Amino acid sequence: MGFIVYISNYIIPFLIFCIVGMGLLMKKNVYDDFVKGAKEGFHVVLDILPTLIGLMVAIGILRASGALEALSSCLEGVVSQVNFPSEAVPLVIVKMFSSSAATSLLLDIFKEFGPDSYIGRLSSIIMSCTETIFYTMAVYFMTAKVKKTRYTLAGALIATIAGVIASTFIMRWAF
Amino acid sequence: MINYLWGFMIIIGIVYGVLTGRVSEINTQTIDSAKDAVTLCITMLGVMSLWMGLMEVARSVGIMERLTKRLRPVIRLLFPDLPKEHIVNEYIASNIIANILGLGWAATPVGLKAMKELAVLNKNSRIASCDMCTFLIINISSLQLIPVNIIAYRSQYASQNPTEILGAAIIVTIFSTIVGVIFSIVARKLSRKGRE
Repeated sequence: MGFIVYISNYIIPFLIFCIVGMGLLMKKNVYDDFVKGAKEGFHVVLDILPTLIGLMVAIGILRASGALEALSSCLEGVVSQVNFPSEAVPLVIVKMFSSSAATSLLLDIFKEFGPDSYIGRLSSIIMSCTETIFYTMAVYFMTAKVKKTRYTLAGALIATIAGVIASTFIMRWAF
Repeated sequence: MINYLWGFMIIIGIVYGVLTGRVSEINTQTIDSAKDAVTLCITMLGVMSLWMGLMEVARSVGIMERLTKRLRPVIRLLFPDLPKEHIVNEYIASNIIANILGLGWAATPVGLKAMKELAVLNKNSRIASCDMCTFLIINISSLQLIPVNIIAYRSQYASQNPTEILGAAIIVTIFSTIVGVIFSIVARKLSRKGRE
């Protein structure tokens, strides 16, 4: 087990310790606050459920029909030279447009290969370091009534690609 | 956008399945996927509620305000042209903090407020200002340090150690953000030179 994985095990307990510890030191009602926040968590998940059902069904159909496999074997030739699993290519592309559609693809990868496989871990990291470029730009620039977005798209794409490349590199060191 | 994406995925899937003779697989998969989504959300309920509860404690302790203050010099560096005491600095800072903590639904409203203020500062021009470009590039470079939802998905699909990707995810997230920041700074300098 690598050092980065070792550190990973400590992050969540450490965060909980710090937050609860600070709450106690400042004499806050930590438990009451926790319960109040946890209630909000319910709403957040319930809001995602309908989109998740819709998209998981759509991805499920694509997977069962064999169309997903056909797509990744088409991509195989292109990306195999750079050592990037072809199944993760649709994930990167779809993530630029829709977060929940990408989530459904990620879950499909987990189901097919397992979350602890190479591609399962790589996809988890890619999903953590990328955002929905086109959706975010559309919503934010619409609010500002801006038509010409200048170098925003270029910058967003470069940051995303940098994240994807870094993900493949860190896979070699971390696991 | 999502309407076409969703619609075409289903149409292509069914047509392809009919052509390859996998209609019965599609049939069972459709029902199973809908059920899977619900079981997944039950796992998510636990993990998300835990995270949201913790964040509520963090908020009442005042961690958010403290972090927002800490962020001031960074905002100065990234947005050198903004008026110093303008409320937009506040909005941008809280948007970034909410994103870092994985509170996406709290980040968007304040982010849109920031965008509206930036539009006013930009005299409601139809061309984006450098500040808008920087703000969005940083936003899109992904700031969320702890990917709570990914951890929930991994645990739902029986990962031996759902949080093992945390360290790697944090490093890569910071890296992609740094790339975004460098790009924005360079692009701002170049566009200024172009104007002179």
